Amino acid sequence: MNGKKYESIKEKLRHSSVGIAGVGGLGSNAAVALARAGIGRLILVDFDKVEERNLDRQYYFINQIGKLKVEALKENIIRLNLKVEVSTINQKLEKNNMEKPFKDVDVVIEALDNAETKTQFIEEILTKFPDKPIVAASGVAGYGHSDRIYTKKLGNLYMCYDEEAKSSDDDVLMAPRVALMANWEANLALEIILGEDK
Amino acid sequence: MSIEVNGKNVDWVKNETVEKLLKRMNYTFPLVVVKINEKVVPKQDFSKTIIPDKSKIAVIHMISGG
Repeated sequence: MNGKKYESIKEKLRHSSVGIAGVGGLGSNAAVALARAGIGRLILVDFDKVEERNLDRQYYFINQIGKLKVEALKENIIRLNLKVEVSTINQKLEKNNMEKPFKDVDVVIEALDNAETKTQFIEEILTKFPDKPIVAASGVAGYGHSDRIYTKKLGNLYMCYDEEAKSSDDDVLMAPRVALMANWEANLALEIILGEDK
Repeated sequence: MSIEVNGKNVDWVKNETVEKLLKRMNYTFPLVVVKINEKVVPKQDFSKTIIPDKSKIAVIHMISGG
């Protein structure tokens, strides 16, 4: 292990922040990965409560059913990393007002579920904060086909993308592929903050 | 006479707009962006932008799931 590299990464991450829109399968797993990596501040935005059917892929536990997702996730993150500052916003992201919680973060992660909402969110972030990097995911559903996923970069938008995947309305959502995409998003956020790992 | 849409060869149709091509390709997912030869086409121009022969077109769409 390169101790010097490790220290400089930890130092940089300690002073960096990521905002996550939606803490379901993508957002909860991405948040945990970033907390473990040593991110300084996380802003979690969601309006949902933990349900039993979420437990097959989202980072929650049986005794958290009925709790607000943002609060439950904060508990789980604090158990992993006491140093990360976690802000929770229990709020539904409404059209024309979606960007507000993300004003001050270094990187935004789109981790919503419905395609229209995802697209709307990306558009609002890109138009209202043209200089802010945003990481998004499209094509999470199904299993296998890991090799179809790749990163598509369009200016400040980094899409974790599988164009051949089906909509989750017609397909299944399963832990391995959801976590793969979630960690792909977290990994992209790290790369944006730290610069390419050379 | 053909164009390339997301890496696939597709027949070129004279005077076809972006809007008509998307319909022909059955792209029903919400769109993030459409690019013709690396140039982004704004959404409001889909119905008036004609696709030139031999164009390379990238359609980035958003699929539900998260």
